[in-house]
Amino acid sequence: MNKLFISPSPHIHSGDSIEKNMYGVLIALIPALLCSILLFGIGAIIVSLTAVLSCLFFEYMIQTFLLKKRASIFDGSAIITGLLLAFNVPSNLPVWIIIIGALVAIGIGKMSFGGLGCNIFNPALVGRVFLLISFPVQMTTWPLVEGISTAYIDAQTGATPLALLKEALHTGQSVSDFLTSETFIGYRSMLLGNIGGSLGEGSAIAILIGFCYMLFRKIITWHIPVSIFATVIVFAGILHLSNPDQFVDPFFHLLSGGMMLGAIFMATDYVTSPMSQKGMIIFGVGIGILTVVIRVFGAYPEGMSFAILIMNAFTPLINRYCKPTRFA
Amino acid sequence: MLKTFKLGGIHPRENKLSAGEKIKALPIPEQVVIPLSQHIGAPATPVVQKGDTVKTGQLIAQAAGFVSANIHSSVSGTVTAIDYVTDASGLSKLAITIKVEEDEWIPEIDKNNKFLPNITLSKEEIIKAIANAGIVGMGGATFPTQVKLTPPPGNKAEFLIINGVECEPYLTSDHQVMLEKAEEIIVGIQSLMKAIDAKKAIIGIENNKEDAIEHFQQIANRVLGIEICPLKIQYPQGGEKQLIQATIGRSVASGALPISVGAVVQNIGTAFAVYEAVMKHKPLFERVVTVTGKSVKSPGNYLCRIGTPISQLIAAAGGLPDDTSKVIGGGPMMGRSMINIDSPITKGTSGVLIINEKEAARKTARNCIRCGKCVSVCTMGLEPYLLEKLAVTNMLESLEIEKVMDCIECGSCSYTCPAARPLLDYIRLGKGRTATMIRNRK
Repeated sequence: MNKLFISPSPHIHSGDSIEKNMYGVLIALIPALLCSILLFGIGAIIVSLTAVLSCLFFEYMIQTFLLKKRASIFDGSAIITGLLLAFNVPSNLPVWIIIIGALVAIGIGKMSFGGLGCNIFNPALVGRVFLLISFPVQMTTWPLVEGISTAYIDAQTGATPLALLKEALHTGQSVSDFLTSETFIGYRSMLLGNIGGSLGEGSAIAILIGFCYMLFRKIITWHIPVSIFATVIVFAGILHLSNPDQFVDPFFHLLSGGMMLGAIFMATDYVTSPMSQKGMIIFGVGIGILTVVIRVFGAYPEGMSFAILIMNAFTPLINRYCKPTRFA
Repeated sequence: MLKTFKLGGIHPRENKLSAGEKIKALPIPEQVVIPLSQHIGAPATPVVQKGDTVKTGQLIAQAAGFVSANIHSSVSGTVTAIDYVTDASGLSKLAITIKVEEDEWIPEIDKNNKFLPNITLSKEEIIKAIANAGIVGMGGATFPTQVKLTPPPGNKAEFLIINGVECEPYLTSDHQVMLEKAEEIIVGIQSLMKAIDAKKAIIGIENNKEDAIEHFQQIANRVLGIEICPLKIQYPQGGEKQLIQATIGRSVASGALPISVGAVVQNIGTAFAVYEAVMKHKPLFERVVTVTGKSVKSPGNYLCRIGTPISQLIAAAGGLPDDTSKVIGGGPMMGRSMINIDSPITKGTSGVLIINEKEAARKTARNCIRCGKCVSVCTMGLEPYLLEKLAVTNMLESLEIEKVMDCIECGSCSYTCPAARPLLDYIRLGKGRTATMIRNRK
């Protein structure tokens, strides 16, 4: 007779795995990646490849030689970190800076906490913010969109709509002056993707396609992105209504900078976001408010990465106090 | 929109391989082993001795206390031993072994197949007949039925809820009983309604059994007070609290009994057993068991005498496949894996599931990636990832605060976990320890 195994129930598994979820996110990132290649040309390819490969390299080295365990670089998480890091930097960033960013993202942001599942902060954002503070000039010099370009370092550069707006307001112009001026490219371009900025900030539509895909595959739920968008609309809307000359309308906020990318791909990172749906909504509201506050009142034109990192720090607290609805 | 319960839930692949297979009677074995503890509560006390001859349906062990159940012989023959035997889990249990000689039933049983629709017994007589017949919850929980029918003073049953959900993948015994014995089940339900003075009965059936829903709707139309409630396919809808919420929209509080919201829940198989006990004076000594599995040659539904070796049932379905890894008593989500397949079929055996090597393989557990999927599938609104962590570190007070005792052990969390963590294994461990801690406090 055969030897029978015994084990506690359940005796079947859904077949879901970390890999399926991670590669699902990567598939969702494809439209945005294609869009960035279309907009920024060869630079987008160089930056993305460098970031992904160096993230994989550092993860492998740290796991094998420092932690002395079996490397798990193909679980997909390091590739996501690399790609998201690339999406958060300008397409003409020198290769060596990207490598430093990848080292900080994987080494400090992820591995120093114990690897996948243990980190407190979103690794890609840790890398991005480190680079922003260390290399402010390179990180805020964005190449202009000129169709498919083959230039990498020497492309013509310009600022993002958010930075332009900040500067305009600083020099005493009103919001309506700016929106009608020649420097502003218009909402349609912002939606379809025709703006200067980091790789992944190009097109809101491409990112929304990825969002739909992830919702369909049930990789993420709607709670975090929708609560971020709703909060930004309400909060920025109130500011705008109180003084339309000083504060830009909420749709400018939604379409500009890293709003879409951050809300859909960075804030929804499994590891660093809350577990319960109630917690996710609080998390999203927090990010929404902080982003608008930093953008409107802070020194930086863009506030998404800081807002997400700050709320990441609150995640354990939210998990502790936001219990899911019990049965009865 | 079809009704269902509110929180969580999963939809595993149904794999109802034996659906539509007619109920066949399994041949009576040469020897049966009838355990004295086939129910929750005190083991029954034997009333026969070694060497006695018994007839089919004869009482061989009597309920020992309020929460206990009578046990009857399922065959006629000679008692050869009253001794400890190894049960399916490998534990020693007291059992009566009977060598089968023929199949002579006690004369009280009405062996006629004629359908009897008119209940003549009074409320008390019905409960007595059920207790005498040794009927227990046949969905697998095996709680003595007469105890559920005598609610504590001050409680009134408004609804009788009949569980025809069969939400476990693979199992089809309830489905097939519903198709073949619907009229009898309705009379059984009427008896139960009379026993608890309930004006309304609701039969909850999941939507994957459309034929059963239709069949029942036709019959129930003629009967006052019985309603069919088609339910959305969602595991674990067969859980008592989940079924009550799905059918009548009331939530049973943590630690409370269904009667606190005016509900009594009984299984479809139990309702059929009640019909046989009340109308035909037939004790519970046989039941329908599904034998199934992906590698099983001919999955089917068999009417088995209690005490028949499980190996004999497996042989009837084409024998144990070569790639067998686990044999499960019950369904794949909540069933128990067996160590001894020569152990007997009992009153609570709803199915025998044979799991092949491919399906049984467990992936290595990885780090929790905090995706929150376990939280979103938990039907009790708990946080399995947290309970697991607390159980590993043995933080029993925290486990109690986090309501570990509410866990119904449905397994949805372990089933869903992308990191393949054995969440329920640890939660069960923590729950057991927490229960001990709570008991010792008193």
